[in-house]
Amino acid sequence: MSNRDALSSLQAQVCKAFETQSPLAIVGSDSKSFLGTADEGTPLSTAGHRGVVSYEPEELVLTARAGTPLDELEALLTEKRQMLAFEPPRFAPGATLGGTIACGLSGPRAPYCGTARDFVLGTRILNGRGEYLRFGGEVMKNVAGYDISRLMTGACGTLGILLEISLKVLPMPERELTLVRDASASDAIELMNRWAGLPIALSATCHTDERLYLRLSGPEAAVGEASKRIGGDSMVEGENNFWLKLREHTLEFFNRPESLWRISLPSATPPLALTGAWLTEWGGAQRWLLSDEDGAHISEIVAKAGGHALSFRAGSKAPEASDPPPLSSPMLSIHRRLKQAFDPAGILNPGRLLLGS
Amino acid sequence: MMNPTAEKACPWDPTAADREHLLAELRQCLPADSVLGDPEALAPYECDGLSVYRRLPLAVVLPETVAQVQTIMRLCARFKVPVVARGAGTGLSGGALPLADGVLLSLAKFTRILELNPLERWARVEPGVRNIVISETAAEYGLYYAPDPSSQIACTIGGNVAENSGGVHCLKYGLTVHNILALGIITAEGEYITIGGLAPHSPGYDLLALFTGSEGMLGVIVDVTVKLLPIPEYAQVLLAGFPSLGAAGNAVGRIIAKGIIPAGLEMMDQAATRAAEDFVHAGYPMDAAAILLCELDGVEAEVRAQADSVRGILESCGADHLQTAVDESERMRLWAGRKAAFPAVGRISPDYYCMDGTIPRRHLAEVLERISQLSEEYGLPVVNVFHAGDGNLHPLILFDANREGELTQAEALGGQILEVCVEMGGTITGEHGVGIEKLNQMCVQFPEAELCQFHAVKKAFDADGLLNPGKAVPTLHRCAEFGAMHVHRGKLPFPELERF
Ligand SMILES: Cc1cc2nc3c(=O)[nH]c(=O)nc-3n(C[C@H](O)[C@H](O)[C@H](O)COP(=O)(O)OP(=O)(O)OC[C@H]3O[C@@H](n4cnc5c(N)ncnc54)[C@H](O)[C@@H]3O)c2cc1C
Repeated sequence: MSNRDALSSLQAQVCKAFETQSPLAIVGSDSKSFLGTADEGTPLSTAGHRGVVSYEPEELVLTARAGTPLDELEALLTEKRQMLAFEPPRFAPGATLGGTIACGLSGPRAPYCGTARDFVLGTRILNGRGEYLRFGGEVMKNVAGYDISRLMTGACGTLGILLEISLKVLPMPERELTLVRDASASDAIELMNRWAGLPIALSATCHTDERLYLRLSGPEAAVGEASKRIGGDSMVEGENNFWLKLREHTLEFFNRPESLWRISLPSATPPLALTGAWLTEWGGAQRWLLSDEDGAHISEIVAKAGGHALSFRAGSKAPEASDPPPLSSPMLSIHRRLKQAFDPAGILNPGRLLLGS
Repeated sequence: MMNPTAEKACPWDPTAADREHLLAELRQCLPADSVLGDPEALAPYECDGLSVYRRLPLAVVLPETVAQVQTIMRLCARFKVPVVARGAGTGLSGGALPLADGVLLSLAKFTRILELNPLERWARVEPGVRNIVISETAAEYGLYYAPDPSSQIACTIGGNVAENSGGVHCLKYGLTVHNILALGIITAEGEYITIGGLAPHSPGYDLLALFTGSEGMLGVIVDVTVKLLPIPEYAQVLLAGFPSLGAAGNAVGRIIAKGIIPAGLEMMDQAATRAAEDFVHAGYPMDAAAILLCELDGVEAEVRAQADSVRGILESCGADHLQTAVDESERMRLWAGRKAAFPAVGRISPDYYCMDGTIPRRHLAEVLERISQLSEEYGLPVVNVFHAGDGNLHPLILFDANREGELTQAEALGGQILEVCVEMGGTITGEHGVGIEKLNQMCVQFPEAELCQFHAVKKAFDADGLLNPGKAVPTLHRCAEFGAMHVHRGKLPFPELERF
């Protein structure tokens, strides 16, 4: 593990870009560049700003620089039997903490214990003026000032360059068990929702190819009790691999040529009438659709059901990912003004989030 | 009455005729009984839970519909009149303190539960719904709303969102920010926006997080969708008495390091324990230097197994009194003492002033030592109650407002305690908000550049500075003044405000 503090060089680059009004394209390890539109601007890499700044297992708090690889963090946490509970996907080797938080991506456990932003306690950033700012902190409860740290989560670097992030971490569960049963998509959605309403140790759900997978996590006694109540076959072989592969999109399901859509819905929404292959997770709230249907049509059907669709990876027939869902007009102006508040010259990842100018 | 400095930034400086004009316009667009303008009718709104600050607003409005809120906001935007939103007024930092030339917008009439979806486990409610009512309503489906501030029978969900309130169960179940899904907001210009939603990954920035804890500075919350959780099947509470605060603090760290996240983990020092015991007879050990209450919840077998481990840890950390509630009534009794800690302290002192700093837990013993030194220095007793699991301290400073200068001393001592929290890597407020109370300490916690960034964020939502101006984020001017006077300990933080 190498530790490096690249603050001064990063700050100098941003200050210069601000003065010359020239756009920057922020990259961590470049593992998620497939998301969103291509970045214009001079690349600014945070990969050199790396290393764990502090880790206090008894406080459940870890602080690390943005360029620290997730794998490195998880190795450290595992030594103390702790984890990043939102199970961040990597999508490529070398994925960094900064990129993970900037994209705000979370894995299978998220609906049961929180998404990336729920675990962010504090950040140090450079705004679009090159000012080095610190928000939040390393404590669980903190309401001094606006919650800028969580605002940064998922903002794709358009409001500031994440330099350092403090996260809440959780103990690893004593035991995990995956149960499997046959179920149709609509039965699976119903069951996922019903079970989530019971006081049982649910930690992940997935339905694909007429099979419902369900993970229980917690103390031995809690997992045992829950599995008795829910029933189903326990999946022994490759259990962990299943959830890991789901998180990384390396399950067989994802291995198809069509475009991949992330469909977000109210959790109990019945299966939608869109042609393609479906995988449903997050208790029904996050679904993956592989389909060659027209993007506008997909978006329309999903919107009608109260959700939104994001083109996640373009398929072989559609080389370009399509635009993210639009914002209402008062929301759009708030977004533009917020962007302006952090990045008055519009130099940080100008192509991302499509706010226009 | 003079205006606080920050208020002067606001262009509205009304004459008597302007005030009449505004009242007349408000009366024209709202039902007669929804606009209050007489000093007598305004009096109940003169302060929130931080009652040392009081001020009458120009008018109080009590709209009943979202459309009326929009009308009020548009009118105020036109007149450039500042607006302070108010829920139940239980806030402890003066966030809902009215402005003399401003409108106080009460959400008290918005008390309906609009929708409850047991299968998807959420409820959509109006902002004036009291916190506890949500859990009471959801109970028939085996569900509840997790954040449970001690004020939950009175405080509103709108106020909870505005303050990002916590409760004794937030160690395991999170704060308000972790338990809401969507908000309906009326902007400073009177537009309706929806942020968040029932589906995850709402497009755009995470405004839901930005709004939570924003103290009425960014918009008026008119609709709140909360998450509901299944009610745990079984809960057990353990009580431990320790010979020293350090030993109790150590036990907290050890429990968590063991991989156990209790549903609640609360600590009280000897003075707080004795006050609570005298008041509710919970059965607390009066001779302990500190007590810990640890609640575990889940399925019965799991809770019993965890209780065994926790007992072992407590013993090995030197607990000399150890008790496990045998039944629900004993559990309730053990909690009753903690929940009544504030009123109990109210019985032993004419007045008390509640602080709200958070620190990294490992510094607990040191911070308590510093607090006790400061307490001696100022000649005012301090009683300590904490959400120990997450390092949130509530030192209660005892004083008598009728004694010349004691309130000022109490405030100065409080300020010092918060500065110790910042020095230890913590924060000046864990859950009560900055309001008008902790503006000076914001200057200690944040450098100028961060404060400027906060002001820029506010401006993005409220270009004219009409929403709760003068709260939450200090002006740079104020910080400069505070820095200059900081050397003279014991000066009044708000010389311009009348005190009671
Ligand atoms: C005895 C006691 C115990 C307490 N215990 C706790 C505790 O355990 N945990 C905790 O976190 N807090 C606690 N509090 C503090 C307080 O109850 C909380 O801050 C609560 O959330 C305030 O809710 P309220 O409805 O009374 O809001 P108010 O006091 O009316 O307002 C608080 C702030 O929110 C803003 N606001 C209110 N409604 C809206 C709205 N609809 N839209 C926009 N802004 C709005 C106001 O402008 C103000 O800035 C306690 C208070 C008391 C008196």
